[in-house]
Amino acid sequence: MSADAIAAEQRAQGGDPHKLGRGDTPPSERGPAPKRIVVSYGFWIFLLTDFVMFAGFFAAYAVLAKATAGGPAARDIVELPLVGAETALLLASSFACGMAGIATAAKNRKWFQIAMAATAILGAGFLALEAHEFLTLIAEGHGPQRSAFLSAFFALVGCHGVHVTLGLLWLTTMMAQVQAKGFPDEIVRRIACFSLFWHALDIIWVALFTTVYLLGVAG
Amino acid sequence: MFGKLTLHSIPWDQPIPLIAAAIVGGALFATLVWTWRAGHIPYLWNEWITSVDHKRIGVMYCLFALVMLVRGFVDAAMMRSQQAIAEGNGGYLPPEHYDQIFSAHGTIMIFFVAMPFMIGIMNFVVPLQLGVRDVAFPTLNNVSFWLTASGALLINVSLVVGEFAKTGWLAYPPLSELRFSPGVGVDYYLWALQISGVGTLLSGVNLVTTILKMRAPGMGYTRMPMFCWTSLASNLLIVAAFPILTATLAMLLLDRYLGFHFFTNDLGGNQMMFVNLIWAWGHPEVYILILPAFGIFSEVVSTFSSKPLFGYRSMIVATMVICILSFMVWLHHFFTMGAGADVNGFFGVTTMIIAVPTGVKVFNWLFTMYGGRIRFHVPMMWAVAFMITFVIGGMTGVLLAVPPADFVLHNSLFLVAHFHNVIIGGVLFGAFAGYNYWFPKAFGFRLDEFWGKTAFWLWVVGFYVAFMPLYVLGLMGMTRRMQHYDVPEWQPWLILAAFGALMIAGGIASQVMQLYVSIKRRKDLADLSGDPWDGRSLEWITTSPPPPFNFAVLPNVKGEEAYWGIKSQARENRELSETPKYEAFSIPRNSPTGFVTAFFTTALGFAAVWHIWWLVILGFLGAWATFVVFAWRDENETEVTAEEARQLDDKRRAAKARMLDIPAEATA
Repeated sequence: MSADAIAAEQRAQGGDPHKLGRGDTPPSERGPAPKRIVVSYGFWIFLLTDFVMFAGFFAAYAVLAKATAGGPAARDIVELPLVGAETALLLASSFACGMAGIATAAKNRKWFQIAMAATAILGAGFLALEAHEFLTLIAEGHGPQRSAFLSAFFALVGCHGVHVTLGLLWLTTMMAQVQAKGFPDEIVRRIACFSLFWHALDIIWVALFTTVYLLGVAG
Repeated sequence: MFGKLTLHSIPWDQPIPLIAAAIVGGALFATLVWTWRAGHIPYLWNEWITSVDHKRIGVMYCLFALVMLVRGFVDAAMMRSQQAIAEGNGGYLPPEHYDQIFSAHGTIMIFFVAMPFMIGIMNFVVPLQLGVRDVAFPTLNNVSFWLTASGALLINVSLVVGEFAKTGWLAYPPLSELRFSPGVGVDYYLWALQISGVGTLLSGVNLVTTILKMRAPGMGYTRMPMFCWTSLASNLLIVAAFPILTATLAMLLLDRYLGFHFFTNDLGGNQMMFVNLIWAWGHPEVYILILPAFGIFSEVVSTFSSKPLFGYRSMIVATMVICILSFMVWLHHFFTMGAGADVNGFFGVTTMIIAVPTGVKVFNWLFTMYGGRIRFHVPMMWAVAFMITFVIGGMTGVLLAVPPADFVLHNSLFLVAHFHNVIIGGVLFGAFAGYNYWFPKAFGFRLDEFWGKTAFWLWVVGFYVAFMPLYVLGLMGMTRRMQHYDVPEWQPWLILAAFGALMIAGGIASQVMQLYVSIKRRKDLADLSGDPWDGRSLEWITTSPPPPFNFAVLPNVKGEEAYWGIKSQARENRELSETPKYEAFSIPRNSPTGFVTAFFTTALGFAAVWHIWWLVILGFLGAWATFVVFAWRDENETEVTAEEARQLDDKRRAAKARMLDIPAEATA
């Protein structure tokens, strides 16, 4: 029996004072969770693994931040206005992604496509700025081969960039799929997972912005 | 066009790998031809390769692990025979080949034997014990398996195309950097582990979600069988630790492919960071392996002592304490780094603390046996051998946890003896116990006891003969990974160890024999009741083998030892529980996604090793396209009607009634 059915049964047996729909059965004994919960929960666990992987790169960055080998340090290469623009684009794209979520809930195909396209364009803008930053550094001779610090910098920031790129691939696939099939349950679940992924990249970016760029400028 | 790959990449001048590969390749080809001629290919493809049934996938994992066990054991036998003769001479294996052998042995035994064996058993057992129809993500489960197989395939390809790493199983830099290992060996190692690591990670996500979100009604956390608890702990560790491995190996890949300086000798690189990171994964890894084994022993000891597990809740606490502590001891793998007395002291103490929850477990098993009616079937024999062997291995571990002692013993054969003592005596014995214990559930007949016991004695005695001498040799000062030596006093011990390896070979042969004889005698060994051992948890309530959906109706759990409760009640009342109400439900359809994805990832990995960039891109796009095609599928599930469920369940109930010797119900 599903949790909802149990709750309904208990409501039928005379209200639900203070149990708030939970009934007498403890949460752990209510049987398998509905598919929507299982999928999002599993995807959250996957995102946690992604965070742990980033933690590895963050740790490496922290260890190697001072290992500049006579090359530039963080404060010499950080351009805060550029990074500020990147942050703005990424956060705006998450806002657009949130709008796509609302369109999904309303099953509105047109607004879903518009919101997802906006998400994609803003995300691509972020990537373009990041590529510009990387290419400028490499052109100045400050590529990842220059020092351990730059290796860690490029790997950490680049790993986030690769995630955004893969996210764009996923995003466009979802747009095509919604166009072809509309909003059946499994596609709605996938959109939920995608938006979790996209927002998780923001969380990573906030940590990255702080540890790499802000602390970098502070020296 | 083909990157670094040329005809000279095949080691024409080395007969041993070529002949070995020819034999294996020939055997594979012959098996394929036989399967094709006998018309089994459609069956294999439809029922196994594309199966999303957690039981089938579990069986494939275990079979894969057994095959790779033989592969890894061949490496072991070569090392033991080399060291037995190489006193004052070069033996028969040249150094560059010997180095590849010990690297491949470690890599294969950990990643492609111990891991898949444990994941396979968890896959098979956990959903059955939880009383549910499948894991949370059945298709993903199939993908995980094939990604693991893809990694193993790459390692085996390295035998004939190119070379394998000569760096040891953890590929420490700077030795594993491009400057000191310019060949493709380390690249094979890295790509094989990255690909199979993704598989392991996804299977961890899958099982954590299954255990936390998919349990039969009434199956609260403190009613789960012990094996589910240890599986939960183990998979939490996979989820928390494997991404560190992915990140670490990615850094080494960047160093080797793009000239980064994470771990190089120059421009600020830091080798000890690699060692720290790899062990931040590596120590949890040994608990990922041993915790499921602890769970298997808990089930086996309780079943064959005919008693509930002693101290069930303390066992849960001990499991979770080990789960957390396992992240706080990694530095004991390199006390000699020079972190200073305080840091070494801290990690020495945390390491010794882990012995406490482990000790709790050992005493709980002993108290479970105390006063029980013990039946010495093969799984129980493995459990008893484990308790003795593992305690010895654990104590030498505590000895190594004392930093001053470790300064003397590190990198010696004493260490090699210690970790084989816990991994063979713990993980492998656990895998064998689980294999003998759950085999009847998977196939509907028990394994032959005579050959099982023969294998047991050869393995256990062989283990002691092979590894106790290594403790002595370690104390005599012999370091690990020696291709030859010139200390005559060592040789008798090494010959003794080689003799032990020979006995283990006999044990493996007996296991092959056991399987063969059991299949021949499957009629006599049939398990008709679905409950051959008088079991206590839910996997024994269903038939052997279970239907694809495990349970016609999800069992309603009313306490610990769910099945034992239902069985006792039926015995007492002399009638089965009430006939449940059958409802229609859907089960997921099979899918070739995993197999096709693995095909592309294998191509990707191989291409990356040889710098064939167009194939790398093609492999990636192929894997992505496979997922898109899968996502485009409309019919994902097939329906099982209430009537079909009822018919199957009637048979099951009739068998249970016969087993309990109570009148069968009048069938409507």
